[in-house]
Amino acid sequence: MKSVLVLEDGTYFAGEGFGYKGESIGEVVFNTCMTGYQEICTDPSYNGQIVTMTYPLIGNYGFNTYDNESYKPHIQGFIVKELCDSPSNWRSSVSPEDYFIKNNIVGIKAIDTRALTQHIRKFGSMYGIISSECGNIDTLMGRLAKEREAKRNLVMEVTTKTAVHQPGAGKKVALLDFGVKHNIIRSLKSRGCDIHVLPAFYSYEDIMELKPDGILLSNGPGDPSDLPSVKATIQKLLGRKPILGICLGHQLLGLSLGGNTYKLKFGHHGGNHPVKDYITGRCYITSQNHNYALREDFSSDVQITHLNVNDGTVEGFRHKNMPVISVQYHPEAAPGPQDSAYIFDDFIRLMEG
Amino acid sequence: MPKRDDINKILVIGSGPIIIGQAAEFDYSGTQACKSLREEGYYVVLVNSNPATIMTDAGVADKVYIEPINLDFVKKIILKERPDGILASLGGQTGLNMAVELANDGILDEMGIELLGTSLQSIKKAEDRELFKLTMQEIDEKVPHSTIVTSLADAVAFAEKVGFPIIIRPAYTLGGTGGGIASDMDEFKYICGKGLKLSMIGQVLIEQSVAGWKEIEYEVMRDNADNCIIICNMENFDPVGVHTGDSIVVAPSQTLSDIEYQMLRSASIKIIRALDIKGGCNIQFALNPSSMEYVVIEVNPRVSRSSALASKATGYPIARVAAKIAVGLNLDEIRNSVTRSTYACFEPALDYIVTKVPRWPFDKFTTADRSLGTQMKATGEVMAIGRTFEESLLKAIDSLDIKFNYQLGLSLFENKTVDELMEFIRQANDQRIFAICKALQKGVTAGEIVNITKIDQFFIRKLKKIVKLAEEIKTSGIAWLDYDLYSRAKKIGFGDSYIANLANVPLEKILELRDKFPVNPVYKIVDTCAGEFEAVTPYYYSTYEERDDVTVSDNQKVLVIGSGPIRIGQGIEFDYCSVHSVRALKEMGLESIIINNNPETVSTDFDTSDKLYFEPLTKECVLDIIQKEKPVGIIVQFGGQTAINLAATLHNEGVKILGTSVESIDIAEDRDRFLKLLEKLDIPIPPGSTAFSFQQAREIANGIGYPVLVRPSYVLGGRAMEIVFSDSSLEEYMSLAVDISAKHPVLIDKYIMGMELEVDGICDGKEVLIPGIMEHIERAGVHSGDSIAVYPPKTISQTVKSTVADYTSRLAEALEIVGLFNIQFVLDESGKVYVIEVNPRASRTVPVMSKITGIPMVNVATRLIMGSTLNELGYTPGLAPECEYTAVKAPVFSFSKLATVDTFLGPEMKSTGEVMGVDRDYHSALYKALVASGLKIPSGGNVLLSVSDRDKEECRVIALRLKELGFKLMATENTCAYLLASGVDAALVPHSKIQDYIKNDSIQFIINTPSKGKIPSRQGFLLRRTAIEYNVPCITSFDTVNAVLQVIERIISRGETEIYSLDQYSHYK
Repeated sequence: MKSVLVLEDGTYFAGEGFGYKGESIGEVVFNTCMTGYQEICTDPSYNGQIVTMTYPLIGNYGFNTYDNESYKPHIQGFIVKELCDSPSNWRSSVSPEDYFIKNNIVGIKAIDTRALTQHIRKFGSMYGIISSECGNIDTLMGRLAKEREAKRNLVMEVTTKTAVHQPGAGKKVALLDFGVKHNIIRSLKSRGCDIHVLPAFYSYEDIMELKPDGILLSNGPGDPSDLPSVKATIQKLLGRKPILGICLGHQLLGLSLGGNTYKLKFGHHGGNHPVKDYITGRCYITSQNHNYALREDFSSDVQITHLNVNDGTVEGFRHKNMPVISVQYHPEAAPGPQDSAYIFDDFIRLMEG
Repeated sequence: MPKRDDINKILVIGSGPIIIGQAAEFDYSGTQACKSLREEGYYVVLVNSNPATIMTDAGVADKVYIEPINLDFVKKIILKERPDGILASLGGQTGLNMAVELANDGILDEMGIELLGTSLQSIKKAEDRELFKLTMQEIDEKVPHSTIVTSLADAVAFAEKVGFPIIIRPAYTLGGTGGGIASDMDEFKYICGKGLKLSMIGQVLIEQSVAGWKEIEYEVMRDNADNCIIICNMENFDPVGVHTGDSIVVAPSQTLSDIEYQMLRSASIKIIRALDIKGGCNIQFALNPSSMEYVVIEVNPRVSRSSALASKATGYPIARVAAKIAVGLNLDEIRNSVTRSTYACFEPALDYIVTKVPRWPFDKFTTADRSLGTQMKATGEVMAIGRTFEESLLKAIDSLDIKFNYQLGLSLFENKTVDELMEFIRQANDQRIFAICKALQKGVTAGEIVNITKIDQFFIRKLKKIVKLAEEIKTSGIAWLDYDLYSRAKKIGFGDSYIANLANVPLEKILELRDKFPVNPVYKIVDTCAGEFEAVTPYYYSTYEERDDVTVSDNQKVLVIGSGPIRIGQGIEFDYCSVHSVRALKEMGLESIIINNNPETVSTDFDTSDKLYFEPLTKECVLDIIQKEKPVGIIVQFGGQTAINLAATLHNEGVKILGTSVESIDIAEDRDRFLKLLEKLDIPIPPGSTAFSFQQAREIANGIGYPVLVRPSYVLGGRAMEIVFSDSSLEEYMSLAVDISAKHPVLIDKYIMGMELEVDGICDGKEVLIPGIMEHIERAGVHSGDSIAVYPPKTISQTVKSTVADYTSRLAEALEIVGLFNIQFVLDESGKVYVIEVNPRASRTVPVMSKITGIPMVNVATRLIMGSTLNELGYTPGLAPECEYTAVKAPVFSFSKLATVDTFLGPEMKSTGEVMGVDRDYHSALYKALVASGLKIPSGGNVLLSVSDRDKEECRVIALRLKELGFKLMATENTCAYLLASGVDAALVPHSKIQDYIKNDSIQFIINTPSKGKIPSRQGFLLRRTAIEYNVPCITSFDTVNAVLQVIERIISRGETEIYSLDQYSHYK
């Protein structure tokens, strides 16, 4: 099956299609993780995005029923150099090809993914269209331009529709689900938490009625400035409850505290980003997945606690007077290093007062 | 934490000679470490006995000692230099063991010298089996069911309890020396007995076997602030059971999901913390292929072979960073030298796959046991990078330089039945992958192979793909070989010559197609970050894709061809030469490009040359790079025979070969042309001729008279060369050892018993500089690579020296050599000098001669190659004045790793490495060389004599000297009878009892000469092997014995020897 990827600047890559036969449009980003493609595919933060894996051999260990970060894949499309047709791992239950067909994901393989990555690095992340139906670049560029006009509410698409209670004997956490990864829930669960997974736009009053010990603002897709109502809710919660922000939740928390966000050129998507914790003085290799970041220009009430060792971007902060901690990266890993799980312990301690 | 300013002077311990299990990787790590420390302003003192290393160059460290790495000598260096700290974790197991010995000695405490990097306690925790097990238990990490024993009885008790198979690993040995897997009690007792003897602390770990599990390795770094990172993980193609050094290894892991990857990653970090390692370490896991269960197999608390591989596989300079951590810096303070914009605190992301394939010495050691187990047998390795597994594997196979044309077929298996093939693959050995491919081709399913071999089906199915595509091309032939099929063939990694073979057409046809389509490789950068950041490293690999990362400059460029994997006959010395050539080119303002595929070396460090192409050294790959870079020419004379063999084919493609011309190379290598030249020059050569049949060979031999030296034409490292004494042994040789044909004739020369001399010369096409003459201690007949060589010569007359110099100059002039060359001479008893052979390239002895004379031979040669003359460079032609110091080069062998290889020395080279001893006094230099080579010089006790009839009289003389020195004489039947008859008292040790005597420690020294050439008697062989297994020195040449006795007589009894640093002797006036 022939397929083509066309970027909004007209660059195109011809390859072979896999998965769902058709077309898909999204923002093209690259992820440098060498393992963890199943977690990436099912991470709701990728809603609206077409993901390129920089590691060339994808699908080697198949797909299984355990490593999901949500109930279904959320990527808009998938780009690989080679998709393994004979996966090997004892937990594998479905082949990559079947997985993408079954989940209606459009994929393209056999393209120079390094060239694509370098293009994005140079010119920034941009929209693209994968098509196995049409190879006419102009036609596809036309469709791409048209589709982009329609503004999607990415968080609305992935957040839980109703509040879900996952009981536990420990601290009661109200988790605002902007597209939460299951491993965040698992990480809280393993610490005994009583978890209420709440829709992203749950009101302040409804949240407080649960009498939570703490609030977790989850990861999720898209631009935090598209969510002013959430920001307002958080501002009310500030100072009343201990709060942990992760990724999009971190950005929203930052905005609520008067910070500003901006879009990174091509984002951070991978499992090898060094972050320095200025409280412990230690460096951690972190899992990251974000296109937006907070600026450093916070009020003096906020202390920046973590910075990216490579590009100096804000990776974490805490409030000097309120029980608020926040990280840009993913302490829940999945995929990626498990080094930062201590953030959840910090959160538990915060809730314990 | 900033770097420490309370220390200034640091002693770095190297790893000594190349042996199996400890090869060039420690030159790479040591060189990086020295550079890294000096960069930070420290004064670096280095000790290493291996002259063929870059790390022992002036300029790498502030002070270099080429001295034996043993307690005695290193202590002398410490006393003289008074360093503040010692860095030992970059010199392999040798360096680490040395550090342990120094600490135990007390000198470090006494002088307040700190062991930098990983502490002694941590080393012990990782290396002492019992402590390691305890530590792992403390942190809840599982190790296989095991116990540590110090006696055979305890070992047997354990085996009776847990059952077989059981793995045996002696503590404190390298490359798993003396280890193995036992499947029954007899085997178990044998291996345990040996292991107990070989272990430095008489300790052996025996453990339940997890053979068949996935073997996964992690390279971990930890700094002083407890920051931990993983540089790379690797998956062994062969499951647990085959030593990782003998296994095909891929990076990163292929069949692990993120959960499994992170589980082992987290375990690795837990382990490195528990061991409190500061710097790099390598952790090996066995992972159950059908559950999350895993066990920790081993931890190397130091930079290792795997870390050299990981460095090259990722671009992350592990040794450089480890050295900085040792002086107090932390990962977030060290720049990533690849991107220069990021820091060393990150984990490399690969966007390619790396395959390492070991290079085994079985082409030389045809009688060696080829099966692979826990004892490493490979002498070297190659690495290849591709964007698919198939591509990287096939490139690696071709990098082995065993002429496979990227194919996985081996003619050996052509006519084998499926049953035979399946039987063959049951036991891991060096040819198994080829047998698997043949079986797959014959329709055996991947599942069946997986069942037998326990190799993951992922890999087997990839092999199946390769086999299937090959079949497809066979079927398509040239007629249907369209763009699609051809580009698929290139993408999977097939070379054009293989495609031509498959399509059954001449190569030219395929090249025409390739031009027509066209299909050409692109080159991608190894950048540590999968393209996420801009990289400045000029480190490239080829692949068949869209975008090319290489920017070709307008500079004048020269391409240097490297020497590929370390093997017997072609060792680290050629890497030394390649690196020096590149440096000279840089000095001259030229852009230097290197092609090589050996991950262990300095030449493949990305900051050695201006551009590094990590590629197979095949005609196709080299030509592709030449086409891209358009260098003014290429240099082949520093890359050993590998590079020389490429000269003619590349020349025919219009490539400019710089230096000695292809024509001259041919004259030197073509026996008949060479004879004619010598005749014209009136230079004697042992009489001989070329035979195309046995009949002819016999006529020639009888014409010139026995003994004769027989060998196939175009040889490397004396392969299949033999001294033959009679018609019958000639016939035996011809029928067994060579495949004689019109295309492959056999050379028959008069064997001249006499002293061998060797010269390395440098010629500018007209005039010749001879840095010096080396004389060999062993008489002609022992391969020059296995001989002890001495410079300046001690026994030859001025006349002989002049004759040698005269022949050398005239030969080089006549051959119009430009650059380096090497000539071997033999001096017969009458004092007549014969030329044996000329090598129109750099030789093994170039590093030794460069270091002792101070003439930077490769640098000079490179300048001559680029058009300078000796005069312009300020060198006076002719034989250079002799140095006041004496250098002795001694060979080093790895026999203990290669069961069933006979250890006697003959015309076939057997050594894997070499050492140099330097002193003002000849005997002291000899002593140093012997000690450094690892020879246990006996000072007394029982000596066993067992010699062939030819040697009995010589033996008598030696026996008397031994007696004088206080040795008690023992001899086998015939030797004993001869000695008694000549009035020398000796005790009889019957052949049947020898093994018992050796095992019982009743023999301290053995002198044994084999009765005849190639097929030695079973008795003699057993004697020599038992000596090796039990680490009793056994010498097979009287000349060597003589040297040893001289040392005993003059040095051991006299005591003290001085130490000298390189700068004291290495300067040319």
